[in-house]
Amino acid sequence: MNYSILKNLWKQSLNNRSFLLGIVLSLIMILTGLISIFWTPFPVEIFDISHKLEGPSAKHWLGTDHFGRDMTSMLMAGAWNSMLVSLFAISLGAGIGIPLGVFAAGKSGWVEELVMRFNDFAFAFPALLTAVMISAIYGPGIINSVIAIGIFNIPVFARISRGSALVIYKLEFILAARISGKNEFQIAFEHILPNILSVLIIQSTIQFALGILAEAGLSYLGLGTQPPQPSWGKMLSEAQTMMFIAPQMAILPGIAIVLTVLGLNLLGDGLRDILDPRLRDKN
Amino acid sequence: MTIFLVKRFFVFVITLFVASLVIFFLLEILPGDPASIILGIGAQDDTLAALRLEMGLNLPAPERYYSWIKGILYGNFGKSYTYDIPVYSLIIERLSLSIPLALLAISLSTFLAIPLGVFAAANHKRIADTSIMGFSQLGLAVPNFWFAILLILFFSVKLGWFSAGGFAGWETGFGAGLKSLTLPAISLALPQAAILARVTRSAVLENMDKDYIRTARAKGLSKKAALWRHAVRNALIPVVTILGLQLSFLLAGTIIIENVFYLPGLGRLLFQSISQRDLVVVKNIVMLLAATVVTINFLVDIIYVIIDPRLRDNS
Repeated sequence: MNYSILKNLWKQSLNNRSFLLGIVLSLIMILTGLISIFWTPFPVEIFDISHKLEGPSAKHWLGTDHFGRDMTSMLMAGAWNSMLVSLFAISLGAGIGIPLGVFAAGKSGWVEELVMRFNDFAFAFPALLTAVMISAIYGPGIINSVIAIGIFNIPVFARISRGSALVIYKLEFILAARISGKNEFQIAFEHILPNILSVLIIQSTIQFALGILAEAGLSYLGLGTQPPQPSWGKMLSEAQTMMFIAPQMAILPGIAIVLTVLGLNLLGDGLRDILDPRLRDKN
Repeated sequence: MTIFLVKRFFVFVITLFVASLVIFFLLEILPGDPASIILGIGAQDDTLAALRLEMGLNLPAPERYYSWIKGILYGNFGKSYTYDIPVYSLIIERLSLSIPLALLAISLSTFLAIPLGVFAAANHKRIADTSIMGFSQLGLAVPNFWFAILLILFFSVKLGWFSAGGFAGWETGFGAGLKSLTLPAISLALPQAAILARVTRSAVLENMDKDYIRTARAKGLSKKAALWRHAVRNALIPVVTILGLQLSFLLAGTIIIENVFYLPGLGRLLFQSISQRDLVVVKNIVMLLAATVVTINFLVDIIYVIIDPRLRDNS
């Protein structure tokens, strides 16, 4: 990619409101999560019952929960946990889905049919259902969430990479690459992947947001991240039992989820406008 | 068209078959001994042996699979270990809540989202469009269970209009039953409506650019008539696809929402069965949900062909 294209992309990025708002929100969340690995205002595992359900103060910026834990620290650590689950799940989904999709597009015939039928099949198991089955046998846990959300992402990535790869496979430079003696793997890796990368990046951003929502849902049900590890979903389910005494506990984790998902969705929209201008007015 | 239908039906049956195999493998073969999972670590040997016999676990796997499928076809889903009643009657009882809830949610989201999406497309790049899209962006980011908690906080805790959870039961009257399902249905419908409105808007906008709309307008049709009579009708295909997909998500969504509102529906039964390790119930509910999704996808494909005559000829 030469300098003028990069300069043009940079200019477009600065003019795209979705992208700017999205990247600011996402960066804030990612930084918050990263900081929480090294530092939180208070340790999240330690109960301090004498200071339970306190309002915001100079000591506890966002108050404390029913066990006296600092809400700011809980939210920070929760950010890291939910992003980590979503990130691993997306990697699992993309790692299997993209090769499947590209392979299906390149092979066509029964291989393609088989991959697409597998897709239809995998769609029959929403992440929640898979997580339920895994938990029924192995008990709940953070790995469950990664596997369940990851499995659900496989057909999503397979479908989108097949769709985009089909278009590229028809282009002349692929024929040229074939004639020059490159094998299927080289063609897929050197020619197809770079050309569908922008679509995949956009999709990953959206799936990342969906992953955060799914993780929150699973941990809300108690099937995902387990205590004492804080997670936004778990915080909400605890808050629900305290709703009549401390309604504020139910507000903050929800806002954290909304801001993160909103940021990622806006980032995805912005990236699509910048990287794929044909779609700009349609969505 | 007949060939298409037969082929599609064949795929439908195969998908169901594979789904049942996967569920059977995951819940009966993979755990090793389902009886010891159900009874827990401290179980006595003779109790374990009795349960194995009762569940037919001493039979070879293919035979167990065959009798499970045969049972399902005859409406015999086995017996729940925790409730000690047939799983079939448990499921039927819970469906009397979950089906109305899902239908209520999908109708709410459709009646809200399609007009909003069309309205946004008709007012493309104007304030109405921007605000509808802004709200839908927000709707996409709000987890349905948090929205449900907010609804409870406002309408139950603060205003006291609705109960914070539980189901009045249909026997107390249709109105009372419907009232208990109102907040859950709204919380399920919101994220769905956000997606549906966006898809409707995109699909209508895409069709508004097409030549046939220009022809219709040149013929003297008003913008509104061209929009409703031509663009919206043609935009229905992607909308129906998303509606079909949403129904599947809705079924999964009820698992969470029924837990938020403590509603005795299928989702809550599934959730409770996991904590009680009642694998027989889990297996059958998961199969039922997966079969519903597969059936909906099958029906959506058939509906396509009915809505769009062009597909009829091609297929």
